[in-house]
Order: sequence, then structure tokens, then C-alpha cells
Amino acid sequence: MRVLVCIKRVPAPGARINVTADGLAVDTTNLGFTMSPHEECALEAGLGLVEAAGGSVTALTVGPDEAEEQLRYAASLGVHSMVLVPTDGGDWDPQRTARAITHTIGELEAAGEEPFDLVIFGNESADAGGFQVGVRVARALARPMITGIKGLEVTDTTARVRREIDGVQEVYELPLPAVLGVKEGLNLPRYPTMKGRLASRKAAVESTVVTSAPGGQAMMALLTPPEAESHLVVLGEGAAAAAAVVDVLAERGLL
Amino acid sequence: MIVLVLAEHDRGTLVPAALEALTFGRGLAASMGAEVHAVTIGSVADALADELGAYGATTVHQARHEWLTDYGPDLWADAVTTLVESIAPHAVLACGTDRGNEVLAQLAARLDAPFVANVLPDDLVATGDPDAPWELTRVRWGGSLYERTALTAAVKIVSVARHAVDAELAEPTDPDGASVVITPAPFTPQIDERAPITMVRDRVEREAGVTLATAAVVVGGGRGVGSAEGFAPLEDLATLLGGVVGCSRAVTNNGWRNHSDQVGQTGTRIGADLYFACGISGAIQHWVGASGAKCILAINTDRGANIVTKADYAVIGDLHEVVPAIAAEIRARR
Ligand SMILES: Cc1cc2nc3c(=O)[nH]c(=O)nc-3n(C[C@H](O)[C@H](O)[C@H](O)COP(=O)(O)OP(=O)(O)OC[C@H]3O[C@@H](n4cnc5c(N)ncnc54)[C@H](O)[C@@H]3O)c2cc1C
Ligand SMILES: Nc1ncnc2c1ncn2[C@@H]1O[C@H](COP(=O)(O)O)[C@@H](O)[C@H]1O
Repeated sequence: MRVLVCIKRVPAPGARINVTADGLAVDTTNLGFTMSPHEECALEAGLGLVEAAGGSVTALTVGPDEAEEQLRYAASLGVHSMVLVPTDGGDWDPQRTARAITHTIGELEAAGEEPFDLVIFGNESADAGGFQVGVRVARALARPMITGIKGLEVTDTTARVRREIDGVQEVYELPLPAVLGVKEGLNLPRYPTMKGRLASRKAAVESTVVTSAPGGQAMMALLTPPEAESHLVVLGEGAAAAAAVVDVLAERGLL
Repeated sequence: MIVLVLAEHDRGTLVPAALEALTFGRGLAASMGAEVHAVTIGSVADALADELGAYGATTVHQARHEWLTDYGPDLWADAVTTLVESIAPHAVLACGTDRGNEVLAQLAARLDAPFVANVLPDDLVATGDPDAPWELTRVRWGGSLYERTALTAAVKIVSVARHAVDAELAEPTDPDGASVVITPAPFTPQIDERAPITMVRDRVEREAGVTLATAAVVVGGGRGVGSAEGFAPLEDLATLLGGVVGCSRAVTNNGWRNHSDQVGQTGTRIGADLYFACGISGAIQHWVGASGAKCILAINTDRGANIVTKADYAVIGDLHEVVPAIAAEIRARR
């Protein structure tokens, strides 16, 4: 089983997201970086399948050189190879990103003997949330694709996937090779082991430069949404505040 | 000039968000001097035409084909693509649901066109000139950040963020206020023979009941709860109030609770009348799922925690003491 997982480096903001003075980027001063929880589940799915059936998992990212950090994190979990498609540093639009990923998959598959049985994406990226890169890649590769996946069973020839839409669980069956867009909740991602961490430092990251034309969506500025004014009432401290809490419940008709 | 709205339905039942998208489309079309058309997929949805008319569609296109018996992203996208090629709309809209975004992404991939997901009605600059870019506001980070974006495309493909627009009936065009009867426009789409591969195979209806998204009271617990067993008093309080338990990602990551209980950007957005946030710091990715609650009551040992400063009410203290005390007080008063 050959699996490719696409991950994106994003900042990990805490209490709020600050925008740089020019309004064009998230201010990442003092911030760490991570990937979407959906993509962590995509990695876990790939690793679990390969543990059971043999094969390899490749992690691919399109991003700045620093995105090597997220690839090495993937390697510390057990991913076998890593590919970085460097951007100029800025965030590429979804069409451009999808073209770069499609092109790179083509090259990786031409180099290996067989296509990837599964290409796994997050349902949406944590920051841009464009809901489309995986779909575009699937279409360009002429492979079946389902998004929103929260359940997955794979045989030699098919992927049986489950997703939830309001009040209904849907089941789909895709012949391999296929493309999946997965959501957090699909599995419980593992943490890196110390051994994995050490090994990942030495693992090779392949860098593939791709020229990819921009698409028709261009970010002009980032804006912080208006925040509701806070009217905090401190009801008290410790167990003694219980009566005041229940007064609030009564006032609101929730008793 | 046409603004086309995909009327998302599930086996013939319109999803409420589809009417939000149609209302958005009506406003957009009015600003451009365009007509609003809707499209339904499959004969099972033919009966929706009048309702779509009431919400402002002047023409309802009906895709009819023997394969269109249930949802499938490729089936639906092929059907919409056929229609786009025949009526050449200026814009194609859908609601920003899983299916809506999925079908529009598939449509955009087919047309090699851009697709802007989860747009808000704020400050929309749109013209009927196909060469002029539109300026839109869309949500990033699940709603924690907004983006102004320029969209340049012959056909503008856009999904409408959920709950960003209230669905509103159109003013009746008939002066007597009689409801307009819509003449449907059926068409036979060109569907690729491989499209049925991605059709729904099977489905399981979930039991009706209180869910995290719809519960009136949610008792949320975070890392401060400390363990899976630590949730017992939160369960008790939730049961007393006819509500459900929610949690933060720190909790699901530790395996203390299922992801179906997670509130936030990659979990569920709640709309409760009251949200108890116990031992939760209020990271922005959690807040975006909690802020739909009408009232937030934080229980935290840290007076400076983000959730405390943003909440309506707070109790400063150890949740392991406060939560059981609240339950006891409720029992005493009943
Ligand atoms: C892309 C992305 C998506 C994410 N999506 C989500 C999401 O959907 N949902 C989500 O929740 N998170 C999400 N996160 C994670 C988020 O950033 C935080 O890490 C997480 O919400 C923290 O959980 P917490 O508040 O329980 O833990 P902490 O931040 O560790 O906070 C624990 C709190 O408990 C208080 N406390 C400790 N002991 C007690 C006690 N005995 N009594 C009372 N209070 C106590 C502490 O003062 C503190 O405020 C996401 C992150 C990323 C990067
Ligand atoms: N720059 C990128 N590099 C690698 N994968 C990406 C990138 N951007 C998006 N993806 C993948 O595509 C999914 C959907 O992204 P999006 O369309 O931006 O919501 C993400 O969860 C990733 O799996």
C-alpha cells in the first residue's frame, strides 16, 4: 500500500489571532507552528494502514523552507519519505497549490512503479479553509474523491468511507486508487516517540521546485472580526458561588 | 445576466442553509441587475420549485436523469456543469455545507475556475462585467479571522458561510400578494459514466435526540477536568439540566472523550442558551465553536484565562468543587 498525505504548515495561535501592520499576514511573533488536526488524522490513517498492510507513507507539503519542521514531525511519527515544494514564502492560492501538488504526485508516481493507492488530504486547511485543494488534485488525477470522512476501512481494492451530514451517516465505496478528505475524529493520532524524533532529524527531505501559475483568487487583506463587548460578572469563588450560579439558571428559565 | 443558486437537498428535503444561499443570491442579483435562478438535482427534488420561488428564484432548473437518485459529488457536479455551459450564469452559489463546498469545488475543478468558500455578505463588491474582479469577505480559521479577497473569473463560484445570512421570503411580485407559480425548466445533464462511483452507497439515520449542536445547555470540560472519570460530575450537571457534555481538544487528544463531544474549529459549533466552560482556557479555536452560545459561564482557577475575560459569568475556583456544588444546589431548590 502506497499512501501520500498532504500537510500544510500553519501558525498555532492561542487566545487571539493578530494581523501584521500591512494586513497581509498573521503576526507570528512568539507563535509556534503546526498543521491542521484533520491532517494529523490523515497521517495517522496512512501510518495505520501501512502498519497493517505493508508499504510506505510519503508526506508532501507546499510551503516555505521552514515547513520542513512539519515534515520532520511527520517523520518522527513514522512517515517514510518527505517532499517539500518550496513557495516564495507567501501563501499560494488554492488553484496554484493544487497544480503544484498534482504535478509533484505525477513525478513521484513516474519515479515509483505504481500510483499511490491513496492520497489523503485534510478536509480543509486550518488557516485558509478553502475546502478545495484535495478535490482539485483528485479531479486532475481522474481519481474518485470524497470529503468529510470520519470512518475508513481499506481493502486491497477499495476504500469504504463514512461521513456525517446533519443527522445522517453516509457510506461511500471508492475503488483504489482514490483520494480522501478526512476530518478530525477519524482516529486518535499518535505522538512521536523519542526514537522517532531522533531518527527524523537525520531523515532526508526531498525538495522539488515546481513552477505553478496563480489562480483567480487573490488575498487582499486579513481582518480581525469584530469582538463582542464583554460584560463579565464574577459570581464568586469556589463552591460558595453555587447559589449565584443557580440564580442565573433560574433567571434564564433553565431550571 | 443570471446568478445561479444550487438548492442543496437531501433526498428531496431542502437543507435550511440552501435558503440562506438563495437569500444571499437574491441580494447579490439585485445589486447587479441580474436574475436569480435555482437548480435542483434529481426528480426527487422537483417538488421544491414553489418553495424556491417563494424565496426569490424566478426560474428553477431541474436536472432529471435516471442516475440522479441520490447524492454523489460527481453526479451533482456534472449536472451543474451541464447547466452552467448552457445558461452561462455570471455566478454559481451554494451554501457552505459539506456537500455545498464539495460540489462547488468539483464544479470549479471541472471549469478550471477559482472557488471562494464561506463568504459573508459584508462589503460585497460585485459587478456584471465578467472581466471585473469581485471583492468579497470570507472566513478563515473557521471564523476567527476574515479575509478580503479578489475573485477574477468568467463564472464566479462562491459558497455562503453558514448562519451569515437569515433566510427571508421574497416580496411577492404579484400585487395581490398571490404566490408566484414557478414554471420549472427541466434539463437532461451530461453525466460521465464514472460519476456514479462516488454516489452514496448506504446511509444510517441517527437517532433523534439532543445533540451537541442543538442542546439548550452544554456542560463543557477541558484539560482542567484531569481525567475521563473526572467528567462524571459534568455528566450529572448536564443530565439535571437536560443538556449534554462537550469538551476541548485537549480532552479528545488525551482520549478522555470521543471527538463527537469536541467544541470548536475542528469540532462542533454549539448554539446553546447556556455554555458552562469548566477548566477550559478559551483558545481561539475553541472559542469559535463556543461563541454561538447565548450565554457563557466559565469555571476556572485562573481569573486571567481568556475564557474568563470573554465570558458573561465566571466562578473562580476548582471545578471539582464548583460543579458538584451547583448540582447539589439545583437538587435542593427543586
Ligand atoms: C488548527 C487548530 C484547530 C483546533 N481546533 C480545536 C477545536 O476544535 N476545539 C478545541 O477545543 N481546541 C482546538 N484546538 C486546540 C486549542 O488551540 C487548544 O490547545 C485547546 O482548546 C486547549 O484545551 P483546554 O482549554 O482544555 O486546555 P488548556 O489550554 O490547557 O487549559 C486548561 C484550563 O483549565 C484551567 N484549570 C486547570 N485546572 C483547573 C481546575 N481544577 N478547575 C478549574 N480550572 C482549571 C486552567 O486555568 C486553564 O485555563 C485547535 C488547534 C489548532 C491549531
Ligand atoms: N500548501 C499546502 N501544502 C500541502 N497540502 C496542502 C496545502 N494547502 C492545502 N493542502 C491540503 O489540502 C487540504 C485542503 O486545503 P484547503 O483547500 O486549503 O482547505 C489540506 O487539509 C491539506 O491536506
